[in-house]
Amino acid sequence: MNTGDLLHVVTNDNISPARAGFGRAILWGSVGLFLLVGLLQTLQAGGHLELGFTNWRPTLYSYALMSACLCWAQVLIRGEQGKRVLFVLPAVLFVLSLAIIPLIFGLIIAFSDWNLSSPLGRQFNGLDNVRQMWGDPFYWNALKNMVWYALAILAEYTIAFGLALLLNAEIRARKFFRVAFLLPLMLSPVAVSWMIGKSMTEIRFGPIARLARALGWDNPSFFGTPEMARATIMLMDAWTYIPFMMIMLLAGLQAIPKELQEAAKVDGAKGWRAFWEVTFPLMLPVSVTALLIRLIFKLKLADIIINVTSGGPGGATDSVTSFIFREYRDRSNVGYGTLLAIVYLVFIIIAMLGLLKLADRWLRPQT
Amino acid sequence: MTQIFKDSDTDLAHRAKWFTGRVAIYGALSLWAFIALFPIYWTLTTSFKKAPDVMKGAMVPWVDYRPDWLGWKSLGLSPATIGQESTVRAEFLGRFMNSLTISVSASVLAVILGSLAAYGLSRFSYKFLWMKNSDISFFFISQLILPPVVLALPFLVLYKELALLDSRIGLILLYTLTVLPIVIWIMRDQFAGIPTELEEAALVDGLSIWGAFLTIVLPIALPGMVAALILSLVLTWNEYFFAALLTSTHANTLPVMVASQTGSQGISWWSMAALSWAAILPLIVIGVILERYIIKGMAAGAVK
Repeated sequence: MNTGDLLHVVTNDNISPARAGFGRAILWGSVGLFLLVGLLQTLQAGGHLELGFTNWRPTLYSYALMSACLCWAQVLIRGEQGKRVLFVLPAVLFVLSLAIIPLIFGLIIAFSDWNLSSPLGRQFNGLDNVRQMWGDPFYWNALKNMVWYALAILAEYTIAFGLALLLNAEIRARKFFRVAFLLPLMLSPVAVSWMIGKSMTEIRFGPIARLARALGWDNPSFFGTPEMARATIMLMDAWTYIPFMMIMLLAGLQAIPKELQEAAKVDGAKGWRAFWEVTFPLMLPVSVTALLIRLIFKLKLADIIINVTSGGPGGATDSVTSFIFREYRDRSNVGYGTLLAIVYLVFIIIAMLGLLKLADRWLRPQT
Repeated sequence: MTQIFKDSDTDLAHRAKWFTGRVAIYGALSLWAFIALFPIYWTLTTSFKKAPDVMKGAMVPWVDYRPDWLGWKSLGLSPATIGQESTVRAEFLGRFMNSLTISVSASVLAVILGSLAAYGLSRFSYKFLWMKNSDISFFFISQLILPPVVLALPFLVLYKELALLDSRIGLILLYTLTVLPIVIWIMRDQFAGIPTELEEAALVDGLSIWGAFLTIVLPIALPGMVAALILSLVLTWNEYFFAALLTSTHANTLPVMVASQTGSQGISWWSMAALSWAAILPLIVIGVILERYIIKGMAAGAVK
């Protein structure tokens, strides 16, 4: 039965009918309780009953109870098999309740007009939000910015690869350099926005501005023009996340067998040629993983933008996330913001699937 | 390799080349170390500057300016004010405790849930409806691409109805969700590297699968779990977006406090610097002490 299991366990489960019955009883009992509480609360929300609930907590509690009973019942009813399911079931339930259910809920509110501060509550408005999105230049602008931000990853990758090669070389004080290179990743983006975005680029006395002046840029303003502001945001984000790619690439470099590089050396490949023809091809799988994960993190970019430029000047630095954040802060319209976010998710899924397919095809000849 | 005479012309040229190579490597390393460390240094020194020193853009303490506890005094954390009552310090410590509770609880919860799931997926074959093991793994890890903004507004509404807005427990649940895929990714790799013979021996000795997991496998996988825990701690400690949306007065975390101070006008540079530095200090300490684990955690999964 468990042909695929790596661990073969032979146990004879003696599950008495009473135990299985008890398991079924708590399972269906808790399901019933949840449905009952949920129904009562829905009736009250609809104005049919007055039961004195102030919030939906009772439904939440009965849901949690139901989940716990579901896990317990697995063991009671199915014995050994149930104990195995118990490894995965809590995590599955957790993700289902906290990601999938809100996502479905999000799909519903995406097609409604819901201003949290208005007393009217949620109202379906069909495709109005889609139409509004279609004509919203700021949203499309934010998406376009995300493409720019994503392209910046290639430059980050080059630097990260260079740093990984440096750290992999025979050097002294490797530990010091590794810690120093890693530190930017540990810092909170909010603190980074203040430390670099506000303090170090301050026009009069910030060290970066003074350096720029010393290098001959008379009037350094890092957030004045759209291009410059976007580039500054990219640099700050790169500063934080280059260590991330660097460490993955370093792990890849250290996994390359020394014999391969020595064999290449014997064959006369030196310097650049050894890198391009031996090291780089061997690093392709790691590079693809690092780039994809970096892209995933990049698509969440928001903290720095919210805190340094809040999207300005004129939306030039907006990421989708920071735009929706502002949209909500300014108008507290939940429906429209959710629609924008879900459309963004659709774009991400399409792009990711395409990239995965591309990476797959690209890597196949090498492996 | 062991040459006795190293003074022929070719050898000397070789040495010179080797030497320039060394200089280039150490030069590049030092340059990047400077880029990585300077903002941290700048923030720390700024917290000790007085207004004229800030305006001068003074760089080196004791040379360019005389350090003063100005920034830390405004936080109530300087030697002179540490004994006195301070509302700012109370506020700071409150936010600090919030950050600590939330990030530690969320990380621990994620490591527990994630390790169990990763172990199950690495040892047994499951079938939930149409989903097999690889589908379940994909289901977990694909949560990574879910941008927070998609969940943010639905959660805002749901939490409002459930009276979980501005509560620690609400943020803990959400943060657990955001780091769970990373934990599962790291732990899956860890458990795959542990030979099943160990558990088989334990099972023969009469342990149940949970007994074998808890007494045999967990101790071996502990370094990986620590790596996952620390990575989760870093991510949850720094999280700003959800905290800014879902908290207002009680459950604010440190990043929210830092961000709210930046917005206020007439920024006093020294106190902002002190606040930022105090907010990043725990992570700098973790980074320096536990660097090995962080690197291990991030390297897991990159190399197959």
